[in-house]
Amino acid sequence: MKGQARSRRGEGRIAERWSVKMAMAAAAVKFWGRSRGLGRAGLPLLRLLAARGLARSHPHRWQRQQHFSSLDDKPQFPGASAEFIDKLEFIQPNVISGIPIYRVMDRQGQIINPSEDPHLPQEKVLKFYKSMTLLNTMDRILYESQRQGRISFYMTNYGEEGTHVGSAAALDDTDLVFGQYREAGVLIYRDYPLELFMAQCYGNVSDLGKGRQMPVHYGCRERHFVTISSPLATQIPQAVGAAYAAKRANANRVVICYFGEGAASEGDAHAGFNFAATLECPIIFFCRNNGYAISTPTSEQYRGDGIAARGPGYGILSIRVDGNDVFAVYNATKEARRRAVAENQPFLIEAMTYRIGHHSTSDDSSAYRSVDEVNYWDKQDHPISRLRHYLQSRGWWDDEQEKAWRKQSRKKVMEAFEQAERKLKPNPNLIFSDVYQEMPAQLRKQQESLARHLQTYGEHYPLDHFEK
Amino acid sequence: KDRVFNTPLCEQGIVGFGIGIAVTGATAIAEIQFADYIFPAFDQIVNEAAKYRYRSGDLFNCGSLTIRSPWGCVGHGALYHSQSPEAFFAHCPGIKVVVPRSPFQAKGLLLSCIEDKNPCIFFEPKILYRAAVILCLFSSFFQVHVIREVAAMAQEKLGVSCEVIDLRTIIPWDVDTVCKTVTCQAPLSMGFSRREYWKCFLQAFSSHVRHCFLSNGQCSKLWLNRGR
Repeated sequence: MKGQARSRRGEGRIAERWSVKMAMAAAAVKFWGRSRGLGRAGLPLLRLLAARGLARSHPHRWQRQQHFSSLDDKPQFPGASAEFIDKLEFIQPNVISGIPIYRVMDRQGQIINPSEDPHLPQEKVLKFYKSMTLLNTMDRILYESQRQGRISFYMTNYGEEGTHVGSAAALDDTDLVFGQYREAGVLIYRDYPLELFMAQCYGNVSDLGKGRQMPVHYGCRERHFVTISSPLATQIPQAVGAAYAAKRANANRVVICYFGEGAASEGDAHAGFNFAATLECPIIFFCRNNGYAISTPTSEQYRGDGIAARGPGYGILSIRVDGNDVFAVYNATKEARRRAVAENQPFLIEAMTYRIGHHSTSDDSSAYRSVDEVNYWDKQDHPISRLRHYLQSRGWWDDEQEKAWRKQSRKKVMEAFEQAERKLKPNPNLIFSDVYQEMPAQLRKQQESLARHLQTYGEHYPLDHFEK
Repeated sequence: KDRVFNTPLCEQGIVGFGIGIAVTGATAIAEIQFADYIFPAFDQIVNEAAKYRYRSGDLFNCGSLTIRSPWGCVGHGALYHSQSPEAFFAHCPGIKVVVPRSPFQAKGLLLSCIEDKNPCIFFEPKILYRAAVILCLFSSFFQVHVIREVAAMAQEKLGVSCEVIDLRTIIPWDVDTVCKTVTCQAPLSMGFSRREYWKCFLQAFSSHVRHCFLSNGQCSKLWLNRGR
């Protein structure tokens, strides 16, 4: 005979289970209540509850449930606020005439609707122009330097300068920026020195990133530009978290998150949009829709109406703008920033533009698109040309100044470039630090092992190029 | 409500969001409901969180991020509520992975993870989740009344929760019930003495209990718990 010890807790547990069930049953009735219908499942459910003792304890309520059905026919689903419809109809996605594209200037740089002109002062508009052209010049020189084997890799920003500068100009200096990799113009606008762009591309001792990443993976704490990482769209939910923290800190700061239309296909993008809306974060999602994700055209990236059309699906206020119109980008970002901070909600700006350059120095885009197509954008609809026309029509710029500035900007870039080339690379010890905040013992051992190795075999390594 | 809240159901979003909070310097504790579901967040953990400080040259980091997640088997969880995925993360420099062996350890280690200046994953063995029965008192016949009074006093005076088990029979006695409680880490106190039983229970005090009991010269091996 086996002993059966009875734990007192065991008894309590059984009793507990019953009371939980009854509480749940009572809660269910209370939730559905008098005025709400339970539908066809309701009566069997009620009978079940009655059988479990609910009827005995609440006979009146059970009686009341039977007379609810015909009186109140509105939908009661917690998941949607909508009316019933008795016609079978699928909602047609509108891709033939999609969300319209907001612009301020025409392709010749003339203001279309004067009330939309931001009336920016000459100094500011000149800064827009000089930032975009300096970026363009830097791109040309660094692209060339990669072809010559001086740096390992580069990505140009041709055609998208307007998206960077227009949006950066509309932000406060302390607004946090999460980028993807084609937003160098934001850093240029924030006066990131050419020396540091070059340092990162060359991976020399001056690089704030300590020479660890591929070129164009810029970062700057001072200028609130989070270091770029290669995986796509990973920055999107991170930007949302940062915005949430800014909201809690009452910082009156917005976070802006840049990404391309290709990265918008990533799961992280969906995650970011949904979190931003549900958690009410002051964030601007800025999508650079430039027509290609490397060789994948937008027709193979999505079937809906671009990225702007997705915003309302998440409950996000959205707009589509002409990304090659720096004033349109500016206006949209300015207003989005004002409201995001004031109302603690996300905004989605889809800036339509065109990637004039190759995806990177590892790409030859003539393999998947025509030269004519590229030339159209380069010659007929370029953010720099359009702004120059605007400047010239205002009398704020002329050919003389253009020539002088081209020479001056090129000189500045070349100087920084030549200096960067001459600098040493970072100390090999920096391979091991910053993996953790404190260097763990096994990394220290590896560091010492490398040091010993270099002592013995140093002649086989280009140690002269590295800082001691 | 703004400090402890629900998010949409998306692990990659949860971890990414947590990283973003940590980047601003605030403390973030992200929960993944079961370790079995941590995989959508693998990219954010391995490619982002672990590498944030290194790749930015220490300009940015997400050290104030802790990810906590229920871990390990409980017996009925099957494929998707039982996994121990720590090995996937063990090869990723830049994060710390922590698994406590007892509720007491869990408290201290979780606090350490939160304070640590590196992103940490804190796996919480589900087998440790139970109501706080701190002490098990075994007894038989009238000693049960005494023990019950002791339990009440311990609760009142010391705030210690006790489970009282009335064995009812001495031989044969309910090995299973006692073992179930013993293997849940509660220290023991005996209401009757018999040398064989003392030996077992003294063994059971050790937090690395593997065998549970020598009874009448027989050895009954109960749970083999690795790392408990």
